[in-house]
Amino acid sequence: MTPLAITNARVIDPASGFDSIATVITRDRTIAHIGQESPPADAQIIDATGLILSPGLIDAGVFRADARACHAGGITGVVLMPDQSPPLDDPALIAFSQAMGKPDVWVHPLAAATQRLEGHELAEIGLCQAAGAVGTATGRRAIDSTAVMHRLLSYSRAFGMLVVAHAEDTALTAGAVATEGDYASRLGLAAAPAFAESLAVARDIRLAEATGARLHIRQITTAESIDLVRAAQGRGVAITAGVTPAHWLLNETSVADFRSFARLSPPLRSDNDRRAVEAGIADGTITVIASGHDPRTQEEKRLPFADAKPGMAGAETLLALTLSLVRSGALTLPQALHTMTAAPAALFGLAGGTLSLGSPADLMLFDEHAPWRIDGDRFIGAGNTPFDGLPVAGRVKMTIKGGELVWHAQD
Amino acid sequence: MQHSAITAGAHPFPHSHLLGLSSLKPWEMVFLMDEAEQWVTRNRSAEKHDHRLSGLTQINAFFENSTRTLLSFEIAGKRLGADVVNLGVAGSSVKKGETLLDTALTLNAMHPDVIVIRHGSSGAVQLIAEKVDCPVLNAGDGRHEHPTQALLDALTIRRRKGRIAGLTVAICGDILHSRVARSNFQILASLGASVRVVAPPTLLPANVEQLGVEVFTDMDAGLRGADVVMMLRLQTERMDGAYVPSTREYFRFFGLTEARLRNAAPDVLVMHPGPMNRGVEIESSIADDIVRSAVTEQVEMGVAVRMACLDVLTRKRRGVDFSSPLPASREGSGEGRSSLLPSLSREGQGVGDSVVANPNPAARP
Repeated sequence: MTPLAITNARVIDPASGFDSIATVITRDRTIAHIGQESPPADAQIIDATGLILSPGLIDAGVFRADARACHAGGITGVVLMPDQSPPLDDPALIAFSQAMGKPDVWVHPLAAATQRLEGHELAEIGLCQAAGAVGTATGRRAIDSTAVMHRLLSYSRAFGMLVVAHAEDTALTAGAVATEGDYASRLGLAAAPAFAESLAVARDIRLAEATGARLHIRQITTAESIDLVRAAQGRGVAITAGVTPAHWLLNETSVADFRSFARLSPPLRSDNDRRAVEAGIADGTITVIASGHDPRTQEEKRLPFADAKPGMAGAETLLALTLSLVRSGALTLPQALHTMTAAPAALFGLAGGTLSLGSPADLMLFDEHAPWRIDGDRFIGAGNTPFDGLPVAGRVKMTIKGGELVWHAQD
Repeated sequence: MQHSAITAGAHPFPHSHLLGLSSLKPWEMVFLMDEAEQWVTRNRSAEKHDHRLSGLTQINAFFENSTRTLLSFEIAGKRLGADVVNLGVAGSSVKKGETLLDTALTLNAMHPDVIVIRHGSSGAVQLIAEKVDCPVLNAGDGRHEHPTQALLDALTIRRRKGRIAGLTVAICGDILHSRVARSNFQILASLGASVRVVAPPTLLPANVEQLGVEVFTDMDAGLRGADVVMMLRLQTERMDGAYVPSTREYFRFFGLTEARLRNAAPDVLVMHPGPMNRGVEIESSIADDIVRSAVTEQVEMGVAVRMACLDVLTRKRRGVDFSSPLPASREGSGEGRSSLLPSLSREGQGVGDSVVANPNPAARP
């Protein structure tokens, strides 16, 4: 296949700290050169003056591997949640879902931690790992039983397998669709206290500490739980935390019009918690930013708030929303890219997320300042975004996967 | 004061729907209450019929079981001459898996002139209102709002007490699950009453004090000096250990008894949106005391308030000038409403007087 030579871009490799105007040359689906070498004669040349070249994004936790939406968002690899139909609790399903994205997007499945994701009996996570699972996950909800969670963490430690947890006390959150507070009370929405999250986080940290397992809380959204994670990291517990843009950009006021696109899990929090999330990203407690991409149909969202399914479409807005952290001063641009490239690659042990020589030629070219307005109706995929109408800056211009141009923005 | 907006020619009720009281201005609530007065009088007379809604179709779409509210809306519509159709949940295609919005579009295609909706989910009525072309009246959505109930409660208080401003109203019981309580907070606080809630903490919403109410978990303290005690129904499925340990324990600490009621003002008014659980939240002797209890009067006001709401919301499509139906008919209904905020209602009368009195408010241009 034709080698690509991308010239004149500001090349940022968050994994190595490289940040300079350079030429990147790909050959045989891998990165062959970064530097000042002139493009080989047989290469297709892309002049990327004014644009930034970075590794393609790795979206650490999506519910559907939506290839076109991913490409539009600069995403070349996704970590797929086990909440599929049927749940990914069997090695054959893992192998199938891994193959499903080819050749458009790398799909890295997470094995269901328990059979049918019911939270009772352990699933065959060892066999799933052998079949290609990059970790095991509790799914959309936490495991109720402390005993089962304990067993899961001790068992996965033997396989060095990362456990991805949803942290909410299920008894407290049963039936709840919002965070307890003025807004939920005013609207008459069934609500659970924000400490439902920190209770679960505290439990899981203690279990990770006791078992020595690697634990990743996929979404951490309250001030209290961020403090818990920070303290645990400080004493050496193998715990990492992630978040989606909704929890540092939106707060509970977004549900005010019963807007079901703002029905998320965990639910939107108070502004105090929202600010704590941003601070937690800035100080490195939260290292992974994912879209939580969860496309929903009209039938699942055009319902009264409490009856609507939680989740948002996020792949196409991940980059632009994360760049808001650069403008607010929370992160530098390389740091922001790190949360979506090198950090998830290291966490899940993936090949991409870096521009080092010989690594997959999965790349993204973007214009850091290009302004646009988020409009769910114009999304490539499902449009259930709580950010509808929000003006943002930062647009993906090209997405390259395996040395092939898979997305080229029309504007 | 606020009412001068109306005398200045502003629209007294510039809303297409009645979804909740939180979006209404205080004078808009007063306007609806004032409008209801004429129907109280009319409903007590032998000739109850008015024909202003004749030819209009009113659909009562109740996605949650109801007997009293449905009946009240049905009678209200029929007394105004509307063709009233009831859609109960049992007979609805919602049971057959049709989505709420499809049901709304189906109803809309039948060209109703007003739809009255009750639904078990907070916000559901607003969702439907966005999809239909006619006025929508919220008859209760989840735990969110029940505007006509609060309007009838306020009207009952105003007629009995002559005012609302300055009164202390204690709302007691299951506040957490109650849309009646939420709508009442809005109207009572807007009209100048001080509102208390009295309940065990398990039946209080989080941060309820942020909704402008004073919180009591001791009933005797909560009732002290209260001018109005509004009891809420405790659903049986919420007793027996779910939110409170048992019926008898609840009654012992939060039931309204003669002894407990002695903490309240001597001329206390006792209210209940019904249906009552005698012996659970209220002692029978209080419920049946015609001097202190306003329970049956609340039901009566309910019909009048709903007639007023149906009338006001359909005026635009009937082509009725807003200012015209205000006068004459209300003149005779002055009894009992030596009125809240006297200046308000007097100005309100002024509006009517200034317009050429329409001898037949029902007449449609």
